Amino acid sequence: MVAVTKLRAADRHGEHMASLESIISVRGINKVYPGQVHALKDVDLDFPAGALTTLLGPSGCGKTTLLKIIAGLLEPNTGDVLVKGRKVTAPGPERAFVFQDFALLPWATVLRNVGFGLELRGMAETKRNEIARRYIDQVGLSGFEDKYPHELSGGMRQRVGLARALAVDADVLLLDEPFSAVDEQNRRKFQEDLLRLREIERKTFIFVTHSIEEAVYLSDRIVLLSRRPGRVSQVITPQIDRSGSPEEIRRDRAYLDTVEEIWQGLRQFVD
Amino acid sequence: MTLFGYRLPMMSSLVVWCLIWEIVGRLELVLLFPPFSGVLAALVELVQSPKFLAATWTTITTFCIGMALAIACGVALGVLMGRVRAAENLLGMWVNVFASAPLSALVPVLMILFGMGEKTIIVSVFLFAVWIIALDTQAGVKHITPSLIEMARSFGARRFDIYAKIILWAALPEILAGIRLGFIRGVKGVVIGQLLVSIIGYGELFELYSRTFLMEEFWALTIVLFAFALLVAHLVGLLEKRVEYYAGVRQ
Amino acid sequence: MDARLEDPVAAQMAAQPGEAAHSRRQNLWWRLASIALFFGAWEIAGRVPINLAFPTFSATVAAFFEMVGDGTMLKAYGLTLQPLIVGIVLSAVIGVSTGVAMGLRKSVEWMVAPVFIVLQAAPVAAVIPMVTFVYGIGLTAKVISVCLLALPVIVLNSYKAVANVNPSLVAMCRSFLGSPWQQIVKIILPDASPVIFAGLRLGIGAGFVGIILAELLITPTGIGDLITYHRAVANYAHMYAAIASIIAFSALTLSGLQWVEENWVRPEKRGS
Repeated sequence: MVAVTKLRAADRHGEHMASLESIISVRGINKVYPGQVHALKDVDLDFPAGALTTLLGPSGCGKTTLLKIIAGLLEPNTGDVLVKGRKVTAPGPERAFVFQDFALLPWATVLRNVGFGLELRGMAETKRNEIARRYIDQVGLSGFEDKYPHELSGGMRQRVGLARALAVDADVLLLDEPFSAVDEQNRRKFQEDLLRLREIERKTFIFVTHSIEEAVYLSDRIVLLSRRPGRVSQVITPQIDRSGSPEEIRRDRAYLDTVEEIWQGLRQFVD
Repeated sequence: MTLFGYRLPMMSSLVVWCLIWEIVGRLELVLLFPPFSGVLAALVELVQSPKFLAATWTTITTFCIGMALAIACGVALGVLMGRVRAAENLLGMWVNVFASAPLSALVPVLMILFGMGEKTIIVSVFLFAVWIIALDTQAGVKHITPSLIEMARSFGARRFDIYAKIILWAALPEILAGIRLGFIRGVKGVVIGQLLVSIIGYGELFELYSRTFLMEEFWALTIVLFAFALLVAHLVGLLEKRVEYYAGVRQ
Repeated sequence: MDARLEDPVAAQMAAQPGEAAHSRRQNLWWRLASIALFFGAWEIAGRVPINLAFPTFSATVAAFFEMVGDGTMLKAYGLTLQPLIVGIVLSAVIGVSTGVAMGLRKSVEWMVAPVFIVLQAAPVAAVIPMVTFVYGIGLTAKVISVCLLALPVIVLNSYKAVANVNPSLVAMCRSFLGSPWQQIVKIILPDASPVIFAGLRLGIGAGFVGIILAELLITPTGIGDLITYHRAVANYAHMYAAIASIIAFSALTLSGLQWVEENWVRPEKRGS
C-alpha cells in the first residue's frame, strides 16, 4: 500500500522543492499503541533540507506520534526513519526537540535550562554558558538569564525551550505544537520570530500544529494527515510572498486561498 | 512485573514474603518470627475463641462510634474552614499541627479524663481521624469552581441549598479521600488506644500474648488487625472510585 | 507534576508557596490570635475546671519551666532524641534508596511495594510491645520502633515521587542525548525531591509516634517516663507539660524542616 500523496497545490505552482535533497525520510511507518489504537498507517514522507514542513491534522491523527518517532523518542512498529540516508532508532545530535509543555527544569535558571543539552554532552560550564547566553539573546530573553521558569510567562518559557534546542546546533528542529500553551499575542509574536530565525539559522524545521492559519503562515510545505489511523492525505506547497509585513502576509490572496483550500481538505475529518 | 511472559498481579509477592517468613521461622533466625504455618494454625484457633469474638465486638463498636463522630465533626470543621477565612486562619494551624502530631502521647491524658474503658478508645479513634478529614474537606471545599456557586446563586438558591446541594457534593471526592485516610488513622487509633489502656479489647489479648511470649498467637492477632485495616481502606477506596468521575470532570 | 499522593498533607507540604512580605505580616497576627485563642480556651477549661485532672494552661507552663529549670526536661529529651535520630537517619537512608529503586525498577517494585503498602495502612504499633520484649529495653528496640513507623511512609513517598516524575522532562533528557545515569541524577532525583522531602517530614512525624509509643508501652524512659511518672503521682500539670512539649517539639521540628527546605534546598521556590 502506498500513501496517497496528492500534490495539488504543488502542481499548480510548480514544484520548487524537488531540487532540494531530503534530510529526513520516513519509510512505511506504522504505529499501533497497546489496545489496538492504530495511530499511524503506512506513512512515507521526505523532509527537504532547509525547509519548514508542517504536519497538520485533526487532533488525535498521530501527528505528534510521527514527530516523536522522527525524534527517536517513540519506536514505530514497522518502518524506518532515515536521517541523511542513515537509519536511526534513538535521539541523535542532528535533531533537537521543542516540547509542547516546554519541558523546562523548574529547579534550574533560564541559563542552565538553555545550556542543558550541552551540559548533558559534558561541555565545560563557561563554554556552555557562553553559547547559552548567545541563544538567550537571539530569542529575545536577555536579562532573564537568572530567572526560574515559574517567573516567566508561557511565551517566554517556550522561547527558553526554543533556545535550548538551538543551542545544541542540530540540523533539524522538531517542534511539537510549541504555541498551543501560549496566548494569542505571544503566539503571533513568536511566529514572526520563528520566520526571522529561519532566515538566520538555515535549519530544517518540522513543525506540528492543528492551526491551519499558523501552518500556512509559516510553512514551505504542509503535510495533511487524515484521521486515525493517520496517513498522509495531501501535501501542499503554499506559494506565499513572505517579504511583506505580517499584516500584508495575512491579507495576501495566496495565503487566504491556501487556508481555504486546506480547510476544504480537512473538512471531511470533522465530525 | 512479568516473569517468563506471565503478568504477575500486584500483591502476589506477598506469597513470596510469607514463604521467606516460614523459612526464617523454621531456621529460628530471628526470635521475633515463629514459622508462618504455626501462625496460621494459631489464627484458626484464635478466631474461634470467645475471648477474641468479645474483643472484636468491643473493637468494632468503639471504632464505629469514634469514626462516626470524627466524620461528622471533621466534615463540618473542614467546610467551616473552607468557607470562612477567619476560621481557616484561627483553626488551620492547630488542625495542621494535630494532623501530624504524635497524638499517641495524648492517650495517657485521655485515660485520666475518660477512664480506662471504651470511652477512651472512642476518643482516641476520634482524635486520630478527625484532623485529616477536616484538612481534606477544607481542600475540597476551597477548590470548588466558583462558577458552580455563582450558578446556584443566579438561579436563586438559598444559603442552605448552596451548602447541601453544591458544596458538599462538589467537594465529595476530597471528602471521601479524607475519610479513607481517616479510617486508616482511626484503625491505628483504636489499636494504639487499646494497647495503652491494655485492659480492654485486643489490647488485653496483646498484653497477654506478649507477656507470656505466645508469639504465634501474637502474630495471628496482628494479622487479623492488619487484614481489618486493609479491608476498611479497601472498602472506602471502592466507594471513592464510584464518585471519582466528579474529580475527573473538574480537572 | 501532579502526583496524587497517598497523604494530602504531603501534597500540601510539597506545594506550599512562600508569601509576600505584606501578607506575611498579616499572617503573623492571625497566627498570634490563633495561639491566643487556643491557650485561652485551655486556661478557661482548666479554671472551671472541666475535670480535676485538667490543669490550667498557666500551671502547665509553670510546670514546664520548673522541669526545664531542674534539668529533668533536658535529660528526658536527651534520652528520647537519641534513638529517634538514629532511627530517622537509618529510615531515611534505607527508605529513600528503597523507594527510588522501586520507582526505577519494575522487579523491585513488584517484590517490595506490597510489603510497605500493607505496613503503611496497618496499625504497626501493635508490634512495638513485642519488639520491646524481644530486644529488651535498650536502644535497639526503640530504634526498631522508630523505623517500623517511619520507613513505610518514606519508602512509599520516594517510590511515588520517582514513579510520577514528569515524563516530558525524561523525554527531553533523552532527546538531548542524556545517558541513563544523567537521566536519574539530573532529571528524576531533582524532580522527585519535593515529594521525597515531604515523605521524609512525614517519616519524622511518624518516628515521633514510634519513639513515644516505645517509651510509653514498655520501658518508661525520657519523655515517656516523665508522662508516666507524673501521671502516677498525680502531678497533672507536669504530665501535661511533658505531653504538650513533645507535641510542640515535633510540630516545630516539622515546620522548621519545611522552612529549611524551601529556603535552602529549593532555590526556585524562594521569593515566589
